[in-house]
Amino acid sequence: MKQRYFKNVVTLQYNKDNCTGCGMCVEVCPRGVFAMNGKKAIINDRNACIECGACMKNCAFNAISVRPGVGCAYAIIMGRLKGTEPGCGCGDSSSACCG
Amino acid sequence: MFLNFSILVRYNFNKERIMVKSKICCTSQDRISQKTSPKWYCCTIETPGGMVPKISTNLTLSDYLGSAMARSSINRKHYHIRPGLYATGNPDKNSFVFVTANYKLTFDHLRKNMKGIDGWILVLDTEGINVWCAAGKGTFGTEELVKQVEQTGIKEIVSHRKLILPQLGAPGVAAHEVKKKTGFTVIYGPVRAADIPLFLTNELQSSGKMREVSFHVLDRLILTPIELAGTLKYCVLLFIFFIIYSWILAGNASFSQVLAKAFHSFLPFLGAVLTGTVIVPVILPFIPGKAFALKGWIGGIIWAAIYLFVIRNTFAWIVIVPYGLLLPALSAFLAMNFTGATSYTSLSGVLHEMKYALPFILVSAGAGISFFIVIAVIQNLV
Repeated sequence: MKQRYFKNVVTLQYNKDNCTGCGMCVEVCPRGVFAMNGKKAIINDRNACIECGACMKNCAFNAISVRPGVGCAYAIIMGRLKGTEPGCGCGDSSSACCG
Repeated sequence: MFLNFSILVRYNFNKERIMVKSKICCTSQDRISQKTSPKWYCCTIETPGGMVPKISTNLTLSDYLGSAMARSSINRKHYHIRPGLYATGNPDKNSFVFVTANYKLTFDHLRKNMKGIDGWILVLDTEGINVWCAAGKGTFGTEELVKQVEQTGIKEIVSHRKLILPQLGAPGVAAHEVKKKTGFTVIYGPVRAADIPLFLTNELQSSGKMREVSFHVLDRLILTPIELAGTLKYCVLLFIFFIIYSWILAGNASFSQVLAKAFHSFLPFLGAVLTGTVIVPVILPFIPGKAFALKGWIGGIIWAAIYLFVIRNTFAWIVIVPYGLLLPALSAFLAMNFTGATSYTSLSGVLHEMKYALPFILVSAGAGISFFIVIAVIQNLV
């Protein structure tokens, strides 16, 4: 079963007009957010999106935008304390953000 | 999560000696000496692009120990391997090229799943960080991939123009740009290295399941040691605080009595820490609510109730209030920090959660601490 977080919070935007139907977004999404519908991609499961940014990065036609980031409270808190962007604290042994 | 391709090591072998990169590599000093070479290294093989080190697909006890240590935050920063090209089996110009990160846990996961596969492994310099996180940071990215493709001479070693990347590297790599810059087509392979053999028999197609990240009970359990390790420093400080506090109030009690008293004071907090870092993460889907902080708070209130019930004959009833405020707040905060270890949270979602949870946690914890101070002052003055 797919675990889910809050509904209607993600920043994912999809512009169907730019889509050429290459299917790359369907391929790279680790959460099954996109699906192909004929010759265009569609957003099939918006609330499953984790804002990793893989689809935007791999869309050669600028059809997708999303604010990529880490869904990690620890990183967000540290980012605010240090005045930096929230980044995954992987190199930082005090967080499992990066398993 | 992201563990499979992604898990890994920094290896503390002598960097100078492990020179593996083609061409320049052939003085005896540059070869990996038997003495200092890691156990997974076998020998070098000759290719049109130069010498390439061949690696074992069997993990040894030291690999498993290293991985257990890295997961507990011990020596985690020294668990990386040298970027560059490696070989498994007896690859030739037609063999596939698998790209991975230089965290040794990740590298180990890949090579153990390369049993019986003749292939090339191209290791990117991700600063010892797993594929998923490095992709988020951009170190597992287009630029580094292009650089390694150029540096390793892979173009002369293989005749095809395909690179197989772990799918979780996709947030960092723009396949179309790699194609433009190197001529290589990026094919995103399965999320888990264990699916590689199936991916190859499926003619480089990932089925739905192979593309999605899973997050089962074991995936969560394996992440808890590091959550716990992250709190260790604070736990030790708190325990020392209780020792000093008990000692000041001890009168002429013996050291062991002081220690016992300190431990009694420390126990409820230790329980709240374990609840927030281990128990709640492991049984996550079975606790109601979407917000991690709420799940942690529920766990914390249950722990507080159990603890107070067990010691019900030994305390003044008034302490229910500060314990009830402080312990669940602590568990809620720690559980909220587990958001980063899961595979289904988003930045927007976590911001949404924090907007409500963080003020609540701070107020609740602050009130609890203030209450304890008031009780302590009254008890010791009166």
